[in-house]
Amino acid sequence: MEHVLKQDTHVAHHFSDAEQQRDSAKLGMWIFLITEVLLFSGLFTAYAVYRAWHPETFINAHKFLNVGLGTLNTVVLITSSVTIALGIRSIQVNRRKQAIGLFIATLVLAAAFLVVKYFEYSHKTHLGQLPGKYYTFTGIEGTDPQVFFSVYFLLTGLHGLHIVFGMAAITWILIRTINNEFSPEYFTPAENVGLYWHLVDLIWIFLFPLLYLIG
Amino acid sequence: MDKHKNHITPVSTYLKVGGALLVLTGVTVAVSFVHLGPFNLVVALLIAGAKASLVGLFFMHLLYDNKLFATIFSISLLFVSVFIILILFDTLTRDAIYEQKAQPIKATQLIEKPN
Repeated sequence: MEHVLKQDTHVAHHFSDAEQQRDSAKLGMWIFLITEVLLFSGLFTAYAVYRAWHPETFINAHKFLNVGLGTLNTVVLITSSVTIALGIRSIQVNRRKQAIGLFIATLVLAAAFLVVKYFEYSHKTHLGQLPGKYYTFTGIEGTDPQVFFSVYFLLTGLHGLHIVFGMAAITWILIRTINNEFSPEYFTPAENVGLYWHLVDLIWIFLFPLLYLIG
Repeated sequence: MDKHKNHITPVSTYLKVGGALLVLTGVTVAVSFVHLGPFNLVVALLIAGAKASLVGLFFMHLLYDNKLFATIFSISLLFVSVFIILILFDTLTRDAIYEQKAQPIKATQLIEKPN
């Protein structure tokens, strides 16, 4: 039993060691991430079906998306992925203040993403480039241009909601880091929030070229 | 088991992967302005796939963690591709059964009437 006593933090009695406990928690997180992938896959399928049906409309309509702002947001999200990964590493090497700084930086970048998204959305609302029956814009040739904006707002809107939930989760691990609840031996919640944040980045990596960069 | 316990990735690896992701973002934007026809989509998806792999392997630690995570995640992506491909078999071959023409949505087809 000596090896059990060496595990110094929070090993529940039904796990043989901290390693198994940590892997179990991460397996649960990965299963959750898979349900997220499947949730988005429905919308990606809608995208594929409508783009295959109306290729010209998609090409004409996507020209009204701002590639500059889309690229800016891609850079912002990739940078935030780097900062949260480095923040979790800082906990692993026991640099708490550095971790706090990096988590705050991640939150600032996430907020910047939403601000850019707000400007894009308000511009489209102003022009009437809205989903379904709310579509009043007349400058796009091709059949059913409102479908492109339905797909655009559903995909980026669901992704934007995930950014908001991600910010809440990062705030939670930030507070727990400030309260000194994590150590190089125990930081599973921070690691799982990191996984969630990377998944949100990963989904944007596909959304960006599919919506903003149609050939 | 001990080798993936608390794997600590060097800062330089994170920065290099982040740099590679930014370069690939630049490449995918640049390529989108070159007209390659249908290959624009292929190239965009290949670059996105490469970026996603970098994020998964290094940021999400799939390279160092228990291989079970990478396995189940890959299986979910396999099912997503089955989902999309089988639906496209349907929606892209409906012309073979009846003539499919996109038409503007008529007022009578709306469930909720506009104000």
